[in-house]
Amino acid sequence: MSTIITSAPPASAGSKDPGHGGGVDYLNHETSIASWLLTLDHKRIGILYLVAMSAMFVLGGFYASLIRAELITPKGDLMSSDFYNKSFTAHGVIMVFFVLIPLVPASLGNFMLPLMIGAKDVAFPRLNLISWYVYMIGAGFTLVALIGGGVDSGWTFYTPLSTTYLNSNVLLTATGLFILGFSSILTGLNFIVTIHRMRCPGMDWFRMPLFVWALYATSVIQLLGTPVIAITLALVGVERLLGVGIFDPRLGGDPILYQHLFWFYSHPAVYIMILPPLGVTNELISTFSRKPIFGYSMMAGASLAIAIFSFIVWAHHMFTSGLSPYAAMFFSLLTFSVAIPSGIKVFTWLATLFRGSISFDSPMLYAYGFIGLFTIGGMTGLFLSTLGTDIHFHDTYFVVAHFHYVMVGGAIVGFMGGLHFIWPKMFGRMYPEFPARMSAILIFVGFNLTFFPQFLVGYLGMPRRYHEYPDEFQVLNVFSSAGATVLGVGYLLPLLYLPWSVFFGEKAGRNPWGATTLDWTHTESPPTPHNFEETPVVTGEPYKYDTLFNKESALAGH
Amino acid sequence: MQVTEKKHAQEAHDDHGHGHELAHHFVSVEQQHDAGNLGMWMFLTTEVLFFGGLFAAYTIYRYKFEKVFEQASNILDPMLGAINTIVLIFSSVTMAFAVRSAQQGKSKAIVAWLGATIVFGGLFLGIKYFEWKHDAQLHVFPTSDFNWTWAREKHSEGEHGGHGHDSHGPELKGYIFNSPVVPANYVESDARNPEAKQAKLFFFLYFSMTSLHALHMVIGFGVMAVIMAYAWNGYYTANYYVPVESIGLYWHFVDLVWIFLFPLLYLLGAHLGAGH
Ligand code: HEM
Ligand SMILES: [Cu+2]
Repeated sequence: MSTIITSAPPASAGSKDPGHGGGVDYLNHETSIASWLLTLDHKRIGILYLVAMSAMFVLGGFYASLIRAELITPKGDLMSSDFYNKSFTAHGVIMVFFVLIPLVPASLGNFMLPLMIGAKDVAFPRLNLISWYVYMIGAGFTLVALIGGGVDSGWTFYTPLSTTYLNSNVLLTATGLFILGFSSILTGLNFIVTIHRMRCPGMDWFRMPLFVWALYATSVIQLLGTPVIAITLALVGVERLLGVGIFDPRLGGDPILYQHLFWFYSHPAVYIMILPPLGVTNELISTFSRKPIFGYSMMAGASLAIAIFSFIVWAHHMFTSGLSPYAAMFFSLLTFSVAIPSGIKVFTWLATLFRGSISFDSPMLYAYGFIGLFTIGGMTGLFLSTLGTDIHFHDTYFVVAHFHYVMVGGAIVGFMGGLHFIWPKMFGRMYPEFPARMSAILIFVGFNLTFFPQFLVGYLGMPRRYHEYPDEFQVLNVFSSAGATVLGVGYLLPLLYLPWSVFFGEKAGRNPWGATTLDWTHTESPPTPHNFEETPVVTGEPYKYDTLFNKESALAGH
Repeated sequence: MQVTEKKHAQEAHDDHGHGHELAHHFVSVEQQHDAGNLGMWMFLTTEVLFFGGLFAAYTIYRYKFEKVFEQASNILDPMLGAINTIVLIFSSVTMAFAVRSAQQGKSKAIVAWLGATIVFGGLFLGIKYFEWKHDAQLHVFPTSDFNWTWAREKHSEGEHGGHGHDSHGPELKGYIFNSPVVPANYVESDARNPEAKQAKLFFFLYFSMTSLHALHMVIGFGVMAVIMAYAWNGYYTANYYVPVESIGLYWHFVDLVWIFLFPLLYLLGAHLGAGH
């Protein structure tokens, strides 16, 4: 049963109900290009982000394919080492800063947050639009830098390499990322204020859907971490321009300081990437097993705990940089403790699935994939946080495999699940289920085929960031490149059937999944411009399922 | 409270008669006010972290190069720094009055107090201008132009009223944001002296922190000017003055940053006195 009571029952006849302006929704009430580019509607801004980030994802994927193509053979026969360096830098910069960090909050979060808490919009709609423009400007700078000559510092911009020795476009890229940072800050700020101040009557903190908790924790990290990377990149720029030795030891500076400042942001940043997909997965698992999340408050608390812990473990990236042994031991211990809230999450999902009425709809397939891949990624993180083993693994493909398991296997797969879940709400149409399942399976298989061999080859000692390697590593690298092809097909399919479904998909009705949160029970698909006809009043928990729900009848009854 | 959207919009117009007082997506004026307020606090949090990176760098290098940092700090004029601190505190007071006037709905008073704030802020930047000009003559801008040997020599000459050969005054007269080219033997002396690089770091931190601070002030001026224009036209009421309150918070924050910068940059070497 729906847990929410309003003055009137939700209009059952769906979006065709003339009671609300004859099917006016946020997509069709204005259609000019200007109405999109000047929109203050959080739903449209979410879609603007979605489009921009998809383009960046394709570009980042293009560079990834160059890398994998080069690594098919042990010799550097396809490209020069210089171009290889530029390719992996472009890949890393685009994927980390322009895709993964904003991915879920800016697209799905923007779209869903106000719907989930019963608000008409985020607290500062204008700021929301500005953040998108800031993103685009940052992207512009960075793309000019990457295409007009490239950067070869790696996405980490380690000094003094980046400040003194490289003569590529470091400055321009740093400028782009500096600007981009403000987009992230604005989104985080907006979400925090929205969650504090815009919840509808009765929406207590512990009645919020768990995705909202995840967005909250993420926003805190964005707010506290991003300014630090901004000022750090500014310092890199100034050092390059003026030749002051803030990070260059020849000039009296300290390169380790750079690493501290960089990872003070960039470790928490990995949780900016993973927390929102973790939150999305809660919604998926609960909805598709028709059970409330086991241990709701533990799950909410774990999100916050991860946000806090994420700020005190950064030096695990520096175990081999000349940290004092005591500091290293301390950071190793703290890093282990991050695994606790992460583990709590995995176990509460399993407990939720247990005896649930679980489904195999495509969003849920992604969720299953997410659980498995995130677990492997997290567990291998523990290998890396162990001081002794990290000496061996650091800067090998083992690290590369680790973070791809969490960032691609976790964050991207979680995002795909969320996107397939939310799609009917966004556009009011169902996508074809068969290709969607195919793509979920292809992504899972292709992903493992690509990155599992990298654990092995890293374990055997292959270092990252070289375009040549000893012959004995070739078999595993060929597997990896073959897997990448499968993975690429998996990503390509949604790029075809999702846009197709916007025009030709079956009508979805307001709640095709039988979900119980406000976004599904109280808004149309697609929602009306101001989301709610009446301010909803919440009287109970977010997850309470009607066991008799039947997808076919939900679709038929739209 | 189960009201429809249409009603909200209606309320905003009927009850207050000012369309701008309540944006459509808020339920009530209080909610809007609280949101604006919290938003500003969150923004200031990011500002703390933004300056925090520089403060962290300062702390580390101050710890590593303690002696040179004190000597370098001694080059700065604590008197000017102190005067500027007082000027800035005055500007905070006038800002507080501006917010108070907003709460009471006195539009013209908002304009007057913000104007006073800009005057004090301008005075601060004026003094800063003369400091930087002097710094340039001492060759302490952390560029290739930087020369520690020259800076120390000219500084102590200045302090001692020009005893010895050439005095501070006449030689540097006529130069505005530059000064005579540093002689080659000074450059060599710097190259041999590792402390020159450390001093350069101090001045790098000094210039980046104070200019970031000054930039914040200039942005503040811009925002204040806009708010003054709106206030002049009676845009703010006792019900709606979030922007005035926000610029108030911002300005106090900017002052607070200076309160930290002043001792860290100016007073660090004050005990060395002139001449060291
Ligand atoms: C239980 C959780 C985790 C633990 C214990 C952990 C631990 C570690 C450690 C110790 C390293 C440093 C390895 C080295 O350079 O020698 C590392 C690298 C990395 N991790 Fe994790 N990690 C965890 C989760 C995550 C998550 C969730 C993400 C991203 C979504 C992530 C992304 C990364 C990245 C990007 C790097 C490599 C950065 C680079 O050098 O380019 N990790 N991890
Ligand atoms: Cu980390």
